[in-house]
Amino acid sequence: MGISIICAFREGAKQLFRNKGMSLASIFSIVAMMLILGVFFSFIVNLDVAMEAAKQDYDTVQVFLLETTDKEAAARMVKDLNDMDEVIKARYISKEEALIAWKVQWGESGYLLESLEENPLPNAIEIDVATLEGADAVVQKVKTFSGIEDILYYKDTVEKLISITKSVKIATLVMMIFLIAVSVVVVTNTIKLTVNSRGKEIEIMKYVGATNWFIRGPFLLEGIFIGLISALIAFGIVSLIYSKAMGLVGAEILLIVGIPMVPVKYLAFNLAIIFIALGISVGASGSIISMRKYLDT
Amino acid sequence: MIEFENVTKYYKEQVGLENVSVSIKMGDFVFLVGPSGAGKSTFVKLMLKELEADSGVIRFGDMEVGNLSNREIPLLRRGIGIVFQDFRLLPKKTAFENVAFAMEIVRSTKRTIKRQVPQVLDLVGIPDKGDKYPHELSAGEQQRVAVARAIVNNPTVLIADEPTGNLDPDTAWGIMRVLERINNRGTTVIMVTHAKEIVDRMNKRVIAIENGHIIRDDVGSYGYKESQKCVPEEGAFGNYGD
Ligand SMILES: Nc1ncnc2c1ncn2[C@@H]1O[C@H](COP(=O)(O)OP(=O)(O)OP(=O)(O)O)[C@@H](O)[C@H]1O
Ligand SMILES: [Mg+2]
Repeated sequence: MGISIICAFREGAKQLFRNKGMSLASIFSIVAMMLILGVFFSFIVNLDVAMEAAKQDYDTVQVFLLETTDKEAAARMVKDLNDMDEVIKARYISKEEALIAWKVQWGESGYLLESLEENPLPNAIEIDVATLEGADAVVQKVKTFSGIEDILYYKDTVEKLISITKSVKIATLVMMIFLIAVSVVVVTNTIKLTVNSRGKEIEIMKYVGATNWFIRGPFLLEGIFIGLISALIAFGIVSLIYSKAMGLVGAEILLIVGIPMVPVKYLAFNLAIIFIALGISVGASGSIISMRKYLDT
Repeated sequence: MIEFENVTKYYKEQVGLENVSVSIKMGDFVFLVGPSGAGKSTFVKLMLKELEADSGVIRFGDMEVGNLSNREIPLLRRGIGIVFQDFRLLPKKTAFENVAFAMEIVRSTKRTIKRQVPQVLDLVGIPDKGDKYPHELSAGEQQRVAVARAIVNNPTVLIADEPTGNLDPDTAWGIMRVLERINNRGTTVIMVTHAKEIVDRMNKRVIAIENGHIIRDDVGSYGYKESQKCVPEEGAFGNYGD
C-alpha cells in the first residue's frame, strides 16, 4: 500500500512536468488567488483585533475640559453625571494624572515624553457607562455643560470599524468565489490535456472494468500536486510580505493606536491550513471536472 | 445466461434496436451478423451498459444490467472481455505490458501477472512476442495481443466486434482459431462480423439483425438457409491453418 502511494505520487509529479507550460499557468493562477486571499485575510484579522480593542473602550466616554474650567466646575459635572442612571462611575482626571498614565501605557517608549517641556494633555472627566445606548444619553448631557473642549467616545469608531470590516469581508468573499472559479477552470484545462492525451488508455481501462476512482487516481494526484505546490509558494510569499510589513509599520501602529499587529506566528498557522485546504480542493475539483466527459457511465 | 427481453433502444428518431428478445447460453459461440447500421454495435454497447436501453430487460448471469448503479458497472465489465476491429493497444507498452495493464486494473499482484500473462500469450499463439511493441507486430499479432488482454482476467463472455475486419483472410482465420480455442475452454464468445466466408465455414449459431430487429436466429450460415449446405462438418480451417 505504501509503495503504491509513492508510485502514484511519482506519477502525479511526472505528469506535472510533462505539461510544464500549463502546470505553471495553473500554479500561477492559484498562487495569485491565494496571495490576494492572504493579503485580505491578514487585513481582516488585524481589523478584527483592532475592533476588539476598540470595543473594550466602548463603554467609556472621555470629556476633555477647557483650561478655563476650574476644579469646582468639574466636580459639579462629576456629581451630575454620577446621578445619572446610565452612569456607572464618573471621575475627574487631572492632566498630571493623565500624563503619568500615558507614560505607563507607553512603557519603554515612555522616555520620549520626558522631553516635553509642558504637559500637552487637558484635564478630563472619564465616565464609565453601563450600555452603549447609555453612552448616547451621557454625551447629550455632557453637551449641556459649559467649559467642555471635546467629547471622545468610541461608539462611532466601533460602528465604523464594524461596517468597514463587514464590507471588506463581503468584498473578499465575492472576489474569492470569482478567483477560485478561475483557478478551477485553469486547473481543469491543464488536466484535460493529460486526460485527452491518455483518452485511449482511459477507454481501455473502462472496458476492462476499472472503477471510476481507479481511473481518476493519477489525474486527481496531478491536480492535488498542483494545488499543494501553489499553496506552499503562496504561503512563503504571504509570510514574507507580512513580516516585512510588520517590520515597517508594526512599531508605529503600536504607538499611534496602541494596537499591535497580529504576529506572523498566529497568522501563519491559519494561513497554511487555509492555503493547503484551498489548494487541494481546487486541484481535486479541477481534475474531477476535467474527467467528467470520460466517466459519465 | 445472457438474456435480452423486449429490448428497445432509440437514438432520438433513429432505431438502434427494437423489441429484441434473445438468449445466449453459457459456453455458446454466436455470430451477430447484419448490414451496416443494423444495430449490432448497439447490442454490444447495451450489454456493456455503455448505453441505457429505453425499455426491456437485459440480464447477464444474475445481474440485471439496467438496474446496475454506476459503481457496479465495473463489475459487469470484468465479466466481459472485449476486442475491437482496431485492436486498441497502447502504443507505448509492450505486448506483455498491454496484457498486464488489464490485470493491474483489477489489482492483481505482480506474481499473478508474471504467471498469467505468458500463459495467455501462449494461448493466443504468440508466446515469444511479449517484449515487442505494437508497431513491431503484424496486424494479426496485434489482434492476438488484444484478445489476450480481453481474456486475461477470465471473463465469462468474450465479445469481438468485427475482430477480423482489418485482417486479410489468412490472418483472420488465425484469429478465428484463437477464438475457438477460447470458446473450447468454456468462455462464451459473441462475434460481430460481416465476414460471410468465416460465418459460413464455422457452422455456429448465427443471429442476424436488420434495422434493429432480429430477422433470423439459427445454426449455420451468414446468408439464407440453402447456403448452409456448403458448410463442412469439420476441418473448417483445412486450408488456412497456422
Ligand atoms: N450515437 C449514435 N447517435 C445516433 N445514432 C446512432 C448512434 N450510434 C448508432 N446510431 C445509429 O443506430 C443504428 C445502429 O447502429 P449500430 O452502430 O448498432 O450499427 P452496426 O450494426 O454496428 O453497424 P456497423 O456494421 O456499420 O458497425 C445506425 O442507424 C446508426 O446510424
Ligand atoms: Mg458496429
